[in-house]
Amino acid sequence: MSVAPVRHSRLMAQRVRSAWLFLAPMLLVLAAVAGWPLIRTVYFSFTDASLADLDARQFVGFDNYLSVLRLPSGRVIYDGLLVDPVWWSAVWNTVRFAAISVTCETILGTIVALVLNASFPGRGIVRAAILIPWAIPTIVSAKMWQWMLNDQFGIINVVLVNLGLISHKIAWTASPDTAMAAVLIVDIWKTTPFMALLILAALQMLPGEIVEVARLDGANAWQIFWRVTLPLIRPAVMVAVIFRALDALRIFDLIYVLTPNNVNTKSMSVFTRENLFEFDKFAYGSAASTLFFLILALLTIAYIRIGRISLDGGR
Amino acid sequence: MGGVRLERETQPDVKPFHAFLALVVGSILAVAQAHAVDLSIVSGDTGNGIKVLREILDRYEKESGNKVSIVVLPPSTTDQFGLYRLWLAAGNSDIDVYQTDVIWAPQLASQLVDLTEATKDVVGAHFPSIIQSQTVNGRLVALPIFTDAPALYYRKDLLDKYGAKVPATWKELAETARLVMDKERAAGNKDIWGFVFQGNAYEGLTCDALEWMMSSGGGRIVEPDGTISVNNPKAAAALDMVRGWIGTISPPGVLAYQEEESRGVWQTGNAVFMRNWPYAYALGNSDNSPIKGKFDVAPLPAGTSEGARPVATLGGWNLAVSKYSKHPDAAIGLVRFIASPQMQKYRTLKTSNLPTIQALYDDADIARQQPIVPRWKQIFLNAVPRPSATVRIKYNEASSQFWTAVHNTLSGEGSAADNLADLQARLSKLKGKGW
Repeated sequence: MSVAPVRHSRLMAQRVRSAWLFLAPMLLVLAAVAGWPLIRTVYFSFTDASLADLDARQFVGFDNYLSVLRLPSGRVIYDGLLVDPVWWSAVWNTVRFAAISVTCETILGTIVALVLNASFPGRGIVRAAILIPWAIPTIVSAKMWQWMLNDQFGIINVVLVNLGLISHKIAWTASPDTAMAAVLIVDIWKTTPFMALLILAALQMLPGEIVEVARLDGANAWQIFWRVTLPLIRPAVMVAVIFRALDALRIFDLIYVLTPNNVNTKSMSVFTRENLFEFDKFAYGSAASTLFFLILALLTIAYIRIGRISLDGGR
Repeated sequence: MGGVRLERETQPDVKPFHAFLALVVGSILAVAQAHAVDLSIVSGDTGNGIKVLREILDRYEKESGNKVSIVVLPPSTTDQFGLYRLWLAAGNSDIDVYQTDVIWAPQLASQLVDLTEATKDVVGAHFPSIIQSQTVNGRLVALPIFTDAPALYYRKDLLDKYGAKVPATWKELAETARLVMDKERAAGNKDIWGFVFQGNAYEGLTCDALEWMMSSGGGRIVEPDGTISVNNPKAAAALDMVRGWIGTISPPGVLAYQEEESRGVWQTGNAVFMRNWPYAYALGNSDNSPIKGKFDVAPLPAGTSEGARPVATLGGWNLAVSKYSKHPDAAIGLVRFIASPQMQKYRTLKTSNLPTIQALYDDADIARQQPIVPRWKQIFLNAVPRPSATVRIKYNEASSQFWTAVHNTLSGEGSAADNLADLQARLSKLKGKGW
């Protein structure tokens, strides 16, 4: 009796050791390419570093985040990232963008996946074809859409005008009302295939008998989808949504090409880059980066928590 | 320089041009390293600028034996600057020569090579004001290759057709644009617009808006003594005037146009007027251009209020050598070659860019092939620089705040007066204790 636990723990220790051994290369690489830059960024956010001369930096504490200046007159001036309206508008733009794009992509992706899951002739070709938007590099598709959305010679305006849907050509990327819509359209076009692919994979794992039984019991297609299919593919969809949400929250390239410097579409990463490299505000940009990281982490944790609770509730 | 005399002796009947080439080669050989080196130049030029640069570099390669590759960037100056700053801060040695905007010298100076000694024999041929603009704390950090002052491009054929005059004020411009546009549209040309310019939120809008404001007596955003003057009724009136153009004489999409997008509308024959830099002159007259021979250029219009006068924003491009270049001597030789009178003449003939060498404005070939150039000498000499020398290292942020306020006003988000009052407060905060 007394021998077994010892052997067991020795085995365990050995397993733990080899686990660490196998993990070590990955952890080292991760520390070097992700951990170290992250720590540097956080460090720079507490200094007054300038890109013109990084070595001349000095520690300034939380000034980049929030500084309070009391004037002799008794007036108090708050300054820093936490009270910067441009930053908060960038946060709002990003969150709004992520919420709308991921919602649309999930719904459209599910529809596409359901269609592709049905068997019809030429399914293989259609499956491959639908992946094309996802395969094109973002810069290329953004540039392509920029031309298609051009107000004077863009094909979208020409088609819409000829169909009689609009009376005059719309300046998609210029007008504050449509700039965000233009970015959303391109993003949804580009990433719906990704969602469709992940959801299709989940659909194909479903045992056909369950659907068959439901059908024998008299459920219609609508009921089968809501009561049987959706609950079963839900875990996979949740994971796909996390991937997409994280991706959407750090949106940069699409906005940078389609509507650079436009305050209506400025996202957190565009704001950060602008301060880091364009303005003489490397430290302020680092502070924005740090806050960006924290917001991303919080949103992800919140999502996982909420997702898990509802999953447990469903069981 | 001994090599030059030798060549002249061996080739007695050499043409003056060849003699000069020999001089250039001689001076390059004098500074370049003994063996051939690979150099990189980074540029984000518009129009056919990159193509012409390649042609110039091909000549340089033939004469020096060095190889030069071009790293091509997007044409937005705002984007280029971000990358330059990043590469220089990282001490990147991959790029030897940077093509820099006239406003960047103070911001990048500490990471560029001082060219004063290496170019002291040639700087005298350039306009002193341009050399001055590239001199920071007594160091010449970039050698000019062409200068820029915008023009009002107008469709001669259309103005003649409707008996309209070339406008001298913005008000006349709006009226003429409206008139010609309405009649042309009634005649079936339904895609035509009155006036296109650079309305995207980027550095180009700062140039355009500075012209509208200052030509209406509204000051130059930040005055040379550092005072922030942007919040005044004349500046607000100028912006309100432009706001009135959007969707009437200018396409709503102009708020997303940079130089090339406005030229796209213009050169396909879909605009009566365009504000753009001289490079669009040569391209508009190229063989496959639908508007070839149908347009001309005039100075930009003035405002109508008291103190109004035509204003052109000073532009221009220069070549700087990175402090981190592994072949600084060869890079300086390359810069001297591209900035030389011969190559500036070649560039001007191909691109109608304004040369920075004074003598080229009297050159007969240039006057014949690119008549805009001699006509533009006075305009560029009177051109107004952006406040980069005053605002120094904070210029980019100040400019970004300015163009954001202007872009918001033009797209109808807030009134001109409110946005300029906001801008005044933001700039004051940015200025802090001093620029």
